[in-house]
Amino acid sequence: MKVSYYPGCTLKNNAKNFEDSTICSLNKLGIQVEELPRWNCCGTVFSLATDDLIHHLAPIRNLIRTKETDSDSLMTLCAMCFNTLKRANERVKSDPESLDKINTFMYRENIKYEGDVKVLHLLELLRDEIKFEAIAQQIVKPLKGLKVANYYGCLLVRPKEIGLDDVENPTILETLTTVLGGDPIDFPYKTECCASYQTVDKPEIVAERTYHILTSAQSQGADVVTVSCPLCAFNLDHRQKETIKQYPEFKNIPILYFTQLLAIALGCPEDTLRFDLHYVDPKPILKEKGLI
Amino acid sequence: MRINLSKKKIEDPFIAKVEELSNQNLLACYQCGKCSAGCPAVSQMDILPNQIIRYAQLGLKDDLLKSKSIWICASCFTCNARCPKGINIAEVIEALRQILLRNREDHVKVEKLTDSEKGDVPPIAIISNLRKFTS
Ligand code: SF4
Ligand code: SF4
Repeated sequence: MKVSYYPGCTLKNNAKNFEDSTICSLNKLGIQVEELPRWNCCGTVFSLATDDLIHHLAPIRNLIRTKETDSDSLMTLCAMCFNTLKRANERVKSDPESLDKINTFMYRENIKYEGDVKVLHLLELLRDEIKFEAIAQQIVKPLKGLKVANYYGCLLVRPKEIGLDDVENPTILETLTTVLGGDPIDFPYKTECCASYQTVDKPEIVAERTYHILTSAQSQGADVVTVSCPLCAFNLDHRQKETIKQYPEFKNIPILYFTQLLAIALGCPEDTLRFDLHYVDPKPILKEKGLI
Repeated sequence: MRINLSKKKIEDPFIAKVEELSNQNLLACYQCGKCSAGCPAVSQMDILPNQIIRYAQLGLKDDLLKSKSIWICASCFTCNARCPKGINIAEVIEALRQILLRNREDHVKVEKLTDSEKGDVPPIAIISNLRKFTS
């Protein structure tokens, strides 16, 4: 099976660990990942004002790029890209007048967009197309004894139209953790916002959220916390530096992309995990559990 | 806190503008407070999400446009998911930000960001911050 892949900006630098671990895992599962030969930044946030059509152009252009490759679906990893691409797509599908205006704006594109590309998150590909049962059969290194707190954040599950999982109590990552042989632990902050882009001008708010989210996971016994968004990863991992300054009793905990755990379980080499990009080193706990 | 109500404020085109930009019916809100109960940002807010809706119903434009809350909200959509009346509070708050941004009243001044504020964070943080906080 081949899938068209949209990386987004951060997957090519700060979140290279997310990309490399995903590509290795999908190859192990027999999937050929074809990155769009041309793509542009999706804008990262879905434009909420009713009349602000211009900001839907960026995501829709990527869907046109997908059609240019003769594909009718586009897979992405980053929760923010997924949310923006999917919502822009849903918006134009349900509003032909806006779609028409957007196509008119982009009169130099050779293809007219007709709402005919499906936006998929990697988790949907794993659950609905590859299927978790098939993944279970490919596991070479089960995550035995690893207690994993899966953090969803906001944009992977909200708003409801995103439709990936239950909006209040998503469980897809816990199911995947079980498939990989790990121990998923539940914690009440799994869908609490990490304060997102406030990290640029108000990092102290992020440090406060990071403190509450991570201490909640720790109180339930988590060894690691997983994420699916490069901005959550930055806030929960790199902002632990600020968190400890604000809360001296805070203890560091490693943050991993869920795909890094998938890659470990599927036997991907360690260089695809790119631990050099982490602030809190995940290697000690992974070594202790015999996973690397 | 003292709030001045007036017919003039209630008739101000501001209310219609907020409803139009957000595509929400402000009068649908019955002030149950559920949006504020679940909002992760309330500890930093000066006007809580349910109060934002009430103020908007009453046309309290100046209080809303100078409130800290509209820049503290990170569009996490928790309130939207929980409102029993189906109101998209996050969109109402976006409309308030847009009213200021469209008058070039940026919340973040790019030229004032320090090198570490810009350089230490990933592209996704800078792009989303500037998309939400600048015109
Ligand atoms: S949850 Fe909805 S109805 Fe209740 S106060 Fe908030 S906006 Fe109003
Ligand atoms: S979208 Fe804004 S107001 Fe609503 S819960 Fe999130 S931070 Fe609070």
